[in-house]
Amino acid sequence: MMDGLLDDFLIRALLAGLMVAAVAGPLGAFVVWRRMAYFGDTVSHSALLGVALGVLLGLNLNLMVTIVCVAIAILLVLLQRRQELASDTLLGILAHSSLSLGIVAVTFIEGLRVDLMAYLFGDILAVGTNDLMSIAIGGGVALLLLILLWRPLLALTVHEELAQVEGVPVLLVRLGLMLLIALVIAAAMQVVGVLLITALMIIPAASARRFANTPEQMAILAAVIGMLAVGAGLWGSFQYDTPTGPTIVVAAMLGFILVHLLPARLIPHFGGR
Amino acid sequence: MNRVTPPPHAESVTDASPLLAARDVSLERGGRVILDHVSVQVRPAEVTVVIGPNGAGKTSLLRVLLGLWKPGQGKVERRRGLRIGYMPQRLQIEPVLPLSVRRFLTLRQRAPEAELRERLERVGVPHLLHKPVQSLSGGEMQRVLLARALLNRPNLLVLDEPAQGVDIVGQGEVFKLIDDIRHETGCGVLMVSHDLHLVMAGADAVICLNQHVCCTGRPEEVSRHPEYQRLFPETDMQGIGVYKHDHDHVHDLGGEVHEHHAGCGHGHRPGPGGGSR
Repeated sequence: MMDGLLDDFLIRALLAGLMVAAVAGPLGAFVVWRRMAYFGDTVSHSALLGVALGVLLGLNLNLMVTIVCVAIAILLVLLQRRQELASDTLLGILAHSSLSLGIVAVTFIEGLRVDLMAYLFGDILAVGTNDLMSIAIGGGVALLLLILLWRPLLALTVHEELAQVEGVPVLLVRLGLMLLIALVIAAAMQVVGVLLITALMIIPAASARRFANTPEQMAILAAVIGMLAVGAGLWGSFQYDTPTGPTIVVAAMLGFILVHLLPARLIPHFGGR
Repeated sequence: MNRVTPPPHAESVTDASPLLAARDVSLERGGRVILDHVSVQVRPAEVTVVIGPNGAGKTSLLRVLLGLWKPGQGKVERRRGLRIGYMPQRLQIEPVLPLSVRRFLTLRQRAPEAELRERLERVGVPHLLHKPVQSLSGGEMQRVLLARALLNRPNLLVLDEPAQGVDIVGQGEVFKLIDDIRHETGCGVLMVSHDLHLVMAGADAVICLNQHVCCTGRPEEVSRHPEYQRLFPETDMQGIGVYKHDHDHVHDLGGEVHEHHAGCGHGHRPGPGGGSR
C-alpha cells in the first residue's frame, strides 16, 4: 500500500519538499542569526560542481555534492582568515566561479543528458523513491546534527569569544555547521535547485521572527512556515502549470509579506521566554 | 550543597602563587609587534588593572591570557582549577535573534531560576530577567554580563573595559559593584581599561602596557613613574584620585616597581631579577 502511495509523483514531491523544509527552516534561523545568507548562497552555487564530479567519478551524486559543499565552505573560511580581500568580494568570486565551473563541467561531460534547468531551479516532480530515501537520510542526519549542536551553536552565535572562554569547542562546532549546510543543500537541490536553496532557508526563518520569543520557537516556526510554503507552492505550480521550485519560493515570499503587513496587535506571541 | 551563595575565598589568601601569569610573551599579528616580551601575573584576591594608550595591546594581552590567542613566544600559566568569569568588551546581539536575559544567562550552563534572579539582584537589575537582551541599555547590559560572569563561581573575573558604553555616573557604579563583589567572593580580578581615574582607584596592582610592560606596581607608585607620566601627561595625582582602601593583606612585593627603567624604550627586557615576578 505504501508503495502504491509513493508511486504517485505528487505525493513523493510533497514528502520530499516537506522533509527538506523541516530541516532547512531551523538551519535557516542560524543562517539569519549569523548573517550567513550570502555564504549559504555561495556554497549552494558550488553544488553543481559536485554533480559534475559525481558523474565523472561515478559516485553517488548526493554524497559528492555534500563533499564539494563542505570543501568550498572550508576554503571560504580559510580565505576569509587571510583578510586580503573583503568578505563579500571573496564570496562573490567563489559563488559565481563555482557556479560557472559547474555549468561548464556539466555540459562537457559527454553522453550525459543533463537537464541543467532541473539543477538550477529544482525538479521536485521528478523525485523518485530512491531520491526520497536519500533526502530522508541526508535530512535526518542534518536534523540530528542540528539538535546535537544546538546549544553550542547558539552560544557561538551570541558571542564567539565568550563561548570559547566558556569551553565551547569553537572549531569543531563551526565545522559541524558547515557539514549541516552542505547536507541541507544536497537534500534541497532537487526541490528548489542550487539557485534558490538559500531562499528556502532564510525566508521562512525571517517570517518566523515576528512570532517567536525564543530561538527554539523561531526554529520550529521556520520549519512549519517552510512546510506551508512547500505545500502552497506545489499546489500553485500544479494549478497554474508553473515551475515548482520558483513557485515554492514565491509562496514563501508571499507569506513573508503577509506576516509583515499584519498589524502588531494581530501577531500571536507564543509564551515561554 | 548550597548553590545559592558563592563560597568566600575559593583559594586560601596566603597562597600567593599567581592565578594566571604570562611569562615573556611576545605576539605579532599582520607583521606588527603587538606584545613584546610581556611578563605579568594576576594574584588571587587582588585587582590587577592593565592600562595603556589605545593600541597598546591591552585586549591582545587579555586574549593571550584567556587562551583565545596563542602567543608567538613565551607561555601562559594558569593555576589548576582556575575558573574564569569573562566579561567581554561589547556584546551586541542581532535583533533578529529572539533572546531573553534568562536565556542569555543560561546559554552555557543551566541554572535554576532562583539562582539567576539572585545573581541579577546582586548586580542591581532583577527586573530584567524576562526582558529581550536587545532592549537593555549599555549599563544594564554590562550588569547582565557581570551577572553571567559570576554564574560559574569564578575565582578570577576577567573584564575588558567593563564600563564601556556606560555614562559617567554608571561607570562609577559598575566599578564599585566589581569592587564589592570581589571582596564578597574573594575572587581575583583582571581588568583592562583606559579609564585611569576610576580604575586605578580600586586597583591593587597596575600594569602599564605599551607593547611592553612600562611599569608595574601599586597605583600610586605607577602614577609617579616617569614612563607612566610620559604616556598619560595630562593626569596627575589629584586627577587620578587614588583612594586608600583598607587592605587586609600586605603588599610584600612592593619592590617590584621598576624605577630603574626610567627611560625605558621599546624592546627592552626585564633585567635579571627586575621582571614583574
